[in-house]
Amino acid sequence: MRAIFKTRYEQDLTLWRSPAGALCYALLLAALLLVPAVLGEFYVGELAGLFVFAIAGVGLMLLTGYTGLISLGHAAFLGIGAYTNAILLARGVPFVLTLPAAGLLAGLAGVAIGVPTLRMSGLYLAIATLAFGSIVGTVLQKWDSVTGGFDGFAVKTPSILGVEIAGATGTYYLSLVVLVFVLWLVMNLLRAPMGRAFVAIRDSEISAQSMGIHLALYKAIAFGLSAGITGLAGALFAHYVRYLAPDSFDILLSIQLVTIVFIGGLGSLHGAIFGAMFMRLLPQAIALVRDDLPFGLGRMPGLEPSLFGLILVLVILFEPTGINGRWLKLKRYVGEFPLHRRVGFRRQKSYARSERLR
Amino acid sequence: MDDAVRLLQLVINGTAAGCIYGLIALGFVLIYKATEMVNFAQGEIMMIGGFIAYTMIVKLGMNYWVGFVLTVAITAAFGFLLDALILRRVIGQPQFAVVMLTLGLAFIFRAVAGYTWGYDAVGFATPFTNKVVGSGRMVLGMDNLSIIVGTVLLCGVLYVFFSRTRLGIAMQAASQNQLAAYYMGIPVRRVFSLIWAISAGVAAVAAVLLSPVSMIDVNMGMLGFKAFAAAVLGGFGSIPGALVGGVVVGIVEQLSGYFLPAGFQEVTSNIVLLAVLILRPQGLFGQTIRKRV
Repeated sequence: MRAIFKTRYEQDLTLWRSPAGALCYALLLAALLLVPAVLGEFYVGELAGLFVFAIAGVGLMLLTGYTGLISLGHAAFLGIGAYTNAILLARGVPFVLTLPAAGLLAGLAGVAIGVPTLRMSGLYLAIATLAFGSIVGTVLQKWDSVTGGFDGFAVKTPSILGVEIAGATGTYYLSLVVLVFVLWLVMNLLRAPMGRAFVAIRDSEISAQSMGIHLALYKAIAFGLSAGITGLAGALFAHYVRYLAPDSFDILLSIQLVTIVFIGGLGSLHGAIFGAMFMRLLPQAIALVRDDLPFGLGRMPGLEPSLFGLILVLVILFEPTGINGRWLKLKRYVGEFPLHRRVGFRRQKSYARSERLR
Repeated sequence: MDDAVRLLQLVINGTAAGCIYGLIALGFVLIYKATEMVNFAQGEIMMIGGFIAYTMIVKLGMNYWVGFVLTVAITAAFGFLLDALILRRVIGQPQFAVVMLTLGLAFIFRAVAGYTWGYDAVGFATPFTNKVVGSGRMVLGMDNLSIIVGTVLLCGVLYVFFSRTRLGIAMQAASQNQLAAYYMGIPVRRVFSLIWAISAGVAAVAAVLLSPVSMIDVNMGMLGFKAFAAAVLGGFGSIPGALVGGVVVGIVEQLSGYFLPAGFQEVTSNIVLLAVLILRPQGLFGQTIRKRV
């Protein structure tokens, strides 16, 4: 375990905590670039799906993990992004324009729903976003003339400068590029004054306000950015599934997105990636053991959502910092190995701030 | 004339549906007032209540009224244990942790109910099924009337309980100021679990009252989302507000199904909810207070 002693302000602003860390990420990126050459089509496609959910997870992490606002309607932004991208592509707009347009429109929708609802406390925001998500889901289903209704909507293969981005490999590289871009954006945002303002709002609205942070403005920006990033993920989601069904953007998907953030670990970008990995790998794991489960559990229709629910409950009860927290503890345990002390791994007692007015 | 009768019918149907929303919302409000938690699994608790009633009345062949009472008792015990064993552990964690915890519980309840009772819709005969009162053009279903009468009776009982009994007053005290209540010798934690029990019991009553109108199935808990609109409309902290909010949402929903094109009825409650949150966030019955630091 190496402790980093910060002696200058610049050290607090660096992107990488140490050169070794930067090297690790570079190696990881290189390995990811080589993956399609090694693995088969199926695994590459699954990894592309993982990247798509990781992008959405990063978007939601910015909102829930860093700004402390909960949204139970993010599937709506995913849906808006997916349909904007697909519809514009079908109308002949080049992909280099449809992708930003998807993010922009979802972001604008986020600001539109955010501005009136952000005056509310966390609880009301959760309910309002839930209602918004359900309204958008219904609109996508009923507005057949644009979304194709229950017939679905085939997504055109995108092309950049005349090169078609086809197949699983194309989607893989596309999502990887967007994921790296989004991570770069959010990492830089978080070390800028705006990111600091988000964290201040999360930790205490009243102290943030007394430090001169415009609460409504910054919350609206956080909501818009988060929705925009989720919209980008939606645009890629359209290429990942290739055929959009209007009922796929429902409450269940919203809750899955929040589950990514919670299981991964609130307040860390690693957590968003870990959560997305978990969320995409669990169904595969279930498929592997499905036939060996006792009591016919494997053929139970609601097995997957209930397992997600169970894991969510267990994580909240026993490891509120999620997979990322567990990972940090493991790293510390290995780093300190013979000298580790139990007290260093104990959870601090936390007290909720009452929203009561007294 | 026909239009007026038709409208009145719609209003009464809406009131009946609204009473159910109001009862679920009442569960939210009771728990929120006491513990500042919002129970997103309230609809699922109602679903479990419905299935327990089905087991009592159809599978075990009990009398409707005996089954009714037993259902409420069992569901209330379930609510008590839910708080005592699970939800009490997350006190002190941020509010959205509780939101996610109850959402996770909702998924588990749904899966357990599906595993135990199957995914087909079930129902049972009640003394009110397929009976009508009235004459001429004005015909009212006993099922809808029984919901309205049942809700009014339950509210009366709850009112007397909260204002006249020792336990009810202790509950009010614990909701208003936990520390002061604790100093006065009220076992606050047990009282909170009892509030969860009452809220689950109210949900069970809602499920049994609803059964002549709608079948019991695993997705019944979705009604809980509509009940949010009712609770928010009433100010999310006001018990009469929740009931009035429920009735308003129910009537608006019926009327929009009649006057607006198809597809609007499903989202009406959500639109009402968003509109209330935007225009009058404190609800119809809430009061605005600034938070002190």
